[in-house]
Amino acid sequence: MRKGLFAVEANRKIARGTYEMILSGDTGAFTAPGQFADLALPGFALRRPFSVCDLQGDRMTLVYKVVGKGTERMARLGRGDVLDILTGLGNGYDLARSGQTPLLAGGGSGIPPLYLLAKRLLERGKKPKAAFGFNTAAEVFYEDEFRALGVPVVTATADGTHGEKGLVTDAIKRCGGFDSVFCCGPEPMLRAVYDAADVPGQFSFEARMGCGFGACMGCSVKTKNGYKRICRDGPVLERGEILWRTQG
Amino acid sequence: MADTRVTLSGLALDNPVIAASGTFGYGAEFARWYDLNVLGGISIKGTTAEERFGNPLPRVAECTGGMLNAVGLQNPGVKAVCERELPALAKVFRKPVLANISGFSVEEYVRCAEALDAQPNVGILEINVSCPNVRGGGMSFGTDPRAAAAVTRAVKKAAKKPVYVKLSPNVTDIAAIAKACEQAGADGISLINTVLAMRISLKTRRPVLANKTGGLSGPAVFPIAVRMVYEVYEAVKIPIIGMGGVSCAEDVIEMMLAGASAVQVGAANLRDPFACREIVKALPGTMEKYGIGSLRDVIGGAH
Repeated sequence: MRKGLFAVEANRKIARGTYEMILSGDTGAFTAPGQFADLALPGFALRRPFSVCDLQGDRMTLVYKVVGKGTERMARLGRGDVLDILTGLGNGYDLARSGQTPLLAGGGSGIPPLYLLAKRLLERGKKPKAAFGFNTAAEVFYEDEFRALGVPVVTATADGTHGEKGLVTDAIKRCGGFDSVFCCGPEPMLRAVYDAADVPGQFSFEARMGCGFGACMGCSVKTKNGYKRICRDGPVLERGEILWRTQG
Repeated sequence: MADTRVTLSGLALDNPVIAASGTFGYGAEFARWYDLNVLGGISIKGTTAEERFGNPLPRVAECTGGMLNAVGLQNPGVKAVCERELPALAKVFRKPVLANISGFSVEEYVRCAEALDAQPNVGILEINVSCPNVRGGGMSFGTDPRAAAAVTRAVKKAAKKPVYVKLSPNVTDIAAIAKACEQAGADGISLINTVLAMRISLKTRRPVLANKTGGLSGPAVFPIAVRMVYEVYEAVKIPIIGMGGVSCAEDVIEMMLAGASAVQVGAANLRDPFACREIVKALPGTMEKYGIGSLRDVIGGAH
């Protein structure tokens, strides 16, 4: 974990309700894709955690969905604004546990961290493929960015306005074979992918966090390996350790 | 040269800044980022006799100027705290700590107090009779002067080290409860715990927190805490540790003017993991600005 000031370089809308923010600062604390940054916004008591979408030198890309007052405030930021950010938080995805043909399964605002993950997997000679789920065509983003990396993408929309009609699990059916899965999205989507893809998997969980660095116990969950803090011991949990909340 | 030293029941502190229970874990996370020995003290995460997972998620919510939490006393139990957490903390923090204790019965408070009293790096037992997020324990002891006195008396009998009672602000007359604790033998009073609060989601039309209610902390509660420290200072002779929304060196001095001998910093740690260190660093300059030579001289100065 490191605390630093980041300058907003760009902040643009890339789909309905979804923005891409590029920041520059000290990104040296990040060690794995799937880790997150925790943004302090003026006037808000708690920080906002976002999984990192891309890192290039001192530039960090975050893709976020406007869901409340904090993200509404973020959407109004622009070049010249400076933010206090904690970086290098969370465990991130473990690349060493990827198979040769991993599936990247993402739902909506869960897709961004899969982009940096795809880059890191490709660097290691893996052949990732992607299955995405969105609500509707207007909310689709980053398909082209993944394809530009050479990652095949199958997209499903709930209303059928783009790609397959259905959920991310319907997109997965059209992806062909895979030997491992990396997943990020809302919990019902993680659960659906967990049930649909019985291969080694790593699942990144969302949570309302207090601190984001393991101090407040605000985001604890039960796992087969004991209590874990999503912010510090996660956000990525291994398939074998997950206890879905309905199971206790 | 600004003198930041204070004492609590004979315990000498380099400065009055103590990391508040529940916002600092057992220090391990923070020790990776800075030398904890700059702090006056640390109050460890509230400990119960048995391990507790705490409440379902969501456990935290935000509001203007603060946050609500309903963690529900997640902790590994007193045995693990004594065998694992306190020895680990002793390696990175060479000063005595405040051991924060919660319970669901007088017997449980006593059991925890006995175990923690015997730990070499525990300097003060902080008896939490004010957790608003558990049923049948915590705050139910701290909202009735007789119950608070009963816990205080029982713990005092079992412990050799100074006993401070951490009070709830969710009462009509906090001074009466402080007085009851003093008469039952308390060596000091900590206040305030969080203020019982609620947020409701417009999307779900239900309370945001799974526990429905939670405890409000952060700058929003600071003036409430100052007022209550002021009231308790007038009612008791024992030292007071003031807390509630302290987030800068000025707040520390204001709390001490109200009557606090030392101050705890809580929610500020969660927004900025370096908050305590920054406050300690800012103290001498702030003292100088207001013509304060020794912090001990300002305690209760507003009365």
